[in-house]
Parts: sequence; structure tokens; C-alpha cells
Amino acid sequence: MLKIENLQASIDDKSILNGLNLEVKAGEVHAIMGPNGAGKSTLANIIAGKEEYEVTNGAIELHGEDISELAPEERAHNGIFLSFQYPVEIPGVSVTNFIKTAINETRKAKGLEDMPAKDMLKKIREKSELLEIDRKFLSRSLNEGFSGGEKKRNEIFQMAMLEPKLAILDETDSGLDIDALRIVANGVNKLKSKDNAVIVITHYQRLLDYIVPDFVHVLYDGKIVKSGDASLALELEAKGYDWIKQELV
Amino acid sequence: MELKEKIVSSYVAFENKVDMNSDIHEIRSKALQNFEDLGFPTKKLEAWKYTSLNAVLKEDYSLFPEKENTIELADVKKYFIDDIDAYKLVFIDGKYSSFLSETTHDTFDVCLMSSALAKPKYKAVIENYFNKIAKQDNLTSLNTAFANEGAYIYIPKNVEVEKPIQILNFTTGSEAAILLQPRNLIVVEQNAHVQIIERHQSLTSHPALTNAVTEIFAAKDATVDLYKIQNDATNASLIDNTYIEQKSNSVVSVHTFSFGGNITRNNLNFYQRGEHIDSILKGITIIEGKQHVDHHTLVHHIEPNCESHQDYKGIYDERATAVFNGKVVVDKEAQKTNAYQQNNNILISDKATINAKPQLEIFADDVKCSHGCTIGQLDDAALFYMQQRGIPRKEGKALLMYAFANTVLESVKIPEVKQRITKLIAEKLGVDIGFDL
Repeated sequence: MLKIENLQASIDDKSILNGLNLEVKAGEVHAIMGPNGAGKSTLANIIAGKEEYEVTNGAIELHGEDISELAPEERAHNGIFLSFQYPVEIPGVSVTNFIKTAINETRKAKGLEDMPAKDMLKKIREKSELLEIDRKFLSRSLNEGFSGGEKKRNEIFQMAMLEPKLAILDETDSGLDIDALRIVANGVNKLKSKDNAVIVITHYQRLLDYIVPDFVHVLYDGKIVKSGDASLALELEAKGYDWIKQELV
Repeated sequence: MELKEKIVSSYVAFENKVDMNSDIHEIRSKALQNFEDLGFPTKKLEAWKYTSLNAVLKEDYSLFPEKENTIELADVKKYFIDDIDAYKLVFIDGKYSSFLSETTHDTFDVCLMSSALAKPKYKAVIENYFNKIAKQDNLTSLNTAFANEGAYIYIPKNVEVEKPIQILNFTTGSEAAILLQPRNLIVVEQNAHVQIIERHQSLTSHPALTNAVTEIFAAKDATVDLYKIQNDATNASLIDNTYIEQKSNSVVSVHTFSFGGNITRNNLNFYQRGEHIDSILKGITIIEGKQHVDHHTLVHHIEPNCESHQDYKGIYDERATAVFNGKVVVDKEAQKTNAYQQNNNILISDKATINAKPQLEIFADDVKCSHGCTIGQLDDAALFYMQQRGIPRKEGKALLMYAFANTVLESVKIPEVKQRITKLIAEKLGVDIGFDL
């Protein structure tokens, strides 16, 4: 599904990704871990198409097609979803109307009519129940005054509504208490299928107790330096990153 | 001949035509003298520092076109809020169009200024209210000197007017250039209630300049809602001088939607003469090209325990220029005043300009006066977030701008007006989204 080869990227002439390789197939869950400043969020933003980053080398392919020249919305229309580490507040636009607009713009891009209001409401009800989101919450301005947990839950709610092919969860567990973590993880698990894939970016093993990865990668200094199965995450939790850094020397 | 001379020298002919013996002859003559002394405003005046009329005044305007022009309803239907039942006062090139209008003298008067000025029936009201709060400044004096046609609305005590009143001023282009000076008087007696929608619309690319004066009197417990829709052709300029006097417990709101035109200057003045008054001033300005919109507001808190709420939002693209000058005066006697002013601006282009100036003159010591003024750009992080969710950049921008302006729309009481404004905003921003936020 997603194939990244020798990806090099920089911002303001500062190199952040230095030849990163990653392949994610449909039905898989990949976890990306690594110390602060390793380039984890940069990778997420570059896949989503954030323009501040300059891709200096390498390729990003989705379903065999190069997406590196596509606008962020076109990537979204092709099924990429990024759950933001820091979701942006948009005063004056309610959660419901934002997601309605997002869905209908995506449909428009595919040459489809707007989703009938009845279907939209039904879907909103279903997905908000899945994430234990209160009805009142949906009429509030997007992310405005939301707690950390509410913001993350709202991200996964949007993911549930948009049904992406590839979801990237950028530190979705940060700022969540254990109950919220369970709800969010449960939501993600329910959305998982053999046709889609998830990349989980996290610092902590605890999210991976709920969303069990098929692969764990260690991102360090802009490259994936080690890959393994779920047990690698446990090892990192126990031993930190220093041993990996030493292996590299 | 310069426009000023042309205007002054046309006065005698005008007076002969309207009625030399009219009671307001003296008011007009004095106003003409005033204008003759003061002339048109120049940038040397503080209040006109950022708005130049020079280019506009160079046109060779027809002052009193004689021709009665007609237009087909089908051609102008879109300028009405046509999905509501409403009284209508329609003027074509400054002349009343009985065909397009719907007036009444039933329990209240919605009719013509010219007849109110001429007929004995209206004499008492004219004597009590005409030119009583309009300033004696240059442009208002110019209007007063030639005051003859416009809307006359009188709502007696305890009458709630159920249908809104629409005032439309069309210019057809039958003249190479036209100067219009509508004069409106709106008197709303105790506990009466009225909603008014006002629009100036040029149907041509010929230059038009409108120098309008509206006086509104809201008696005790009266409610007046005025909606000004300014979305005119690029060669049409408007100077709107509106004066509002409120008595105790009255609530008056003015919403000004400025989306088009060449130069638009709004002089909106509120005078609070009573207690527990609420004055609401709101505006959305969205302009581009070389358009210019200038909002000069004044709220004069004269007596204690009153409130005023101002909220002006502006979005400027390309080389558009704008001014917001919000003056709040709180007299020494006006204790417990609660005056709120908010002015937020977004500059889309590097070449666009906003000159924003909150101006508070507070002479009382127990008051709550707040003001906030911001000038910013669209939030790139928010745009990326929206794009990531599949909303294209252009639509995302539009959504952000609409959300930004939405606080002003929330207080619009006529749903059809709100819908129309929403549609105009979508058109203006070139997007096809419903904004049913």
C-alpha cells in the first residue's frame, strides 16, 4: 500500500530525514518509535503532504503511484489520514459541519453527489457511539476548548467517518488518561480491516498493548535503524534507546 | 466646472422645482450655506485621512435627472430579499417607482419623503424629527440642502410591523454619471418594532455616487433592526450617513454587509438619550481588487446604565483598502455604561491595507469599556489540517473566513437575510459550499 524509498527531507536547510525506507501492506499495523527529534512527526507530515518540508530525494508511493507531488487534500482523497499530534482549533466551525464538509468535499473529488443528510446523520451517530462521544460535543466548535483527550478522540472520530486506507496516528496516546486510551484504541481496532493499514507513532509501549503492531520500527536520526515484531517495543520500554544508538556506532 | 460649484449653482433651480414656500426651505438654505463654506472633505481632515474622494468627485455627475426610468422586475428581482413578504420602497435613479414598490398607510406609514415633506398630514413629525440629529457637517449638509426624496417610515406606539421594509435604490445608467442623495426618516414610537433592509444597487458600469442620509428615532421600548447590504458595482460609490437617537429601553441594531462597490464610507452614529439602552453595531466587510470600505462609527453614551456592542469583521484581498474607526464617547453622567467593541481583520494579500483605530473617550469613572482590535492572516496550520481532511485549500480558506465572520451573522434576526448574506459570501469567495455551520 505505502512504499517509501530512500526518503530524504529537510526544513529550512536542516536535514531531518536521511534515507528512510518503509513498506506498509494492507492489513498491517506498524509502530514507529524513537527518541525525541528523530523525525517521527516529520515523517507523518511529509506523508500527509505538508508543504513546509522539502523532499530532497526518494519516493513515496501509495498503491504503486507516486504521491509526492500531490496536494494534501488530494492525498486525503486517496485515503491518507493523519491524526494530528496537536489538532488545530477552528472557532466557528462545529465538529459536525466540519466532518460533513470533509466527507462531501472528498465525495466531490471522486465525482460523487453529497452524502444524503439522513445517511450522514446515521453515520455520525454510529461513529460517535463507537468513540463514546456525547451528542452535545458534536455541535461545539472544532477542537476549541477541547481537553487533550477530547481532541484525540475527535481525531479518531473523524478517522472513523472518513474511513481512510492508511491512517497515521501521530502520538495519539499523548495526553490521554487510561480510559480515553482504551476508548481510542478500541475505536482504531474496530476500524481495522484487511484492506486498510495503520501507522502508530508513539513514545510508549502502553498504546501498543491495545493496538498490537505487526511491526515495530525504531526511527533514529532520520532513518529506520531497527525493525522487529511487537516484542521490540517491550524491549525499548525496558531498556530505552541507548543500546540501539550504541549498536549503530 | 468643479462639482462643488455645479452643485451650489444648481440649488435655485432645485428649490424652484420642489417648493420654495416649504417649511424646510430655511433648513435647506442653511445647509447649502454650510456645504458652500465647508466643501467636500479632503484627506487633510482627520476623519478623512485614509479615504480620498478626489477621483470620485472628478466625474461629471447629473444632479437631478428628469427622466423617469423604468426597469423590469425580472432584471432586479435578485437584489430584493424576494423570498419574504415585505413592504418595498424602490427608487430608480432617485425617482420613486410605484410599480416596484409596496407602501402602506394602514396603521403606520411606509411612504415617500417627498410627500411627507409636502403634505400637512406629516407636518408635526417633520417638525419634530427632520434634520434634528443629522450632523451639520459637509456631506450631511449637502444632502440636507437637496433633501427631497427617500423613505419615510413612521411607526406609531405599540405597533409591531410584521413584514420587513425593503428600501432599494437602483441606478440604471441612463445618465453618463449620476449623483444621488436619498434622504430617509424613520420614526419608531414607543414600544413599536420594525425591521428594515436597505440596499443601493447600480445596474450599470456608469459612475454613480450616492450621498445618503438616514435619521432614525427609537422612542422608549422601541426595537429597530436595520440591515445594510452593500454589494454594489465597481463604479458605484456610497457615502452613508446614518444617525440614530435612542430613548430609554430601546434596542437598535445595525448590520452592515460591505462586499462591493468602489468607495464605501459608512458614518454610523448612535446617540443614547435615556437609560437601559442597547445599541448594536455589526459589520462584515469582504473586499478585493481596489475596493475601499471605511467604517466610521460613533456611540455616544450620554446617560447612565446603557450598553453598546460593536463587532466588525473584515477580510481584504488583493489591493483592497479599508478603515475602521470606532469612536465611543462616555459622558461624565453616563455611569455604569457597558461599551464593547471588537474589530478583527484578516489580510489575505500583502498588498491589502486596513487602518484600524479604536477611539475611546471616557469621562465617567464607573464604566466597563472593552475593545479588541486584531489584524492577522489566515492560519496556515488550520488550512493544512482542513486539507488533510480532504477540504481543498480554496474551500478551506472560505470556511475559515466564513467562520471568522460568523459571529456577526449570529445576531441577524431575519433568516432569509442571513441566507442571502451567506450566499453572497460564498459567491464572493468563489466557492460552492453551503456554510450551514
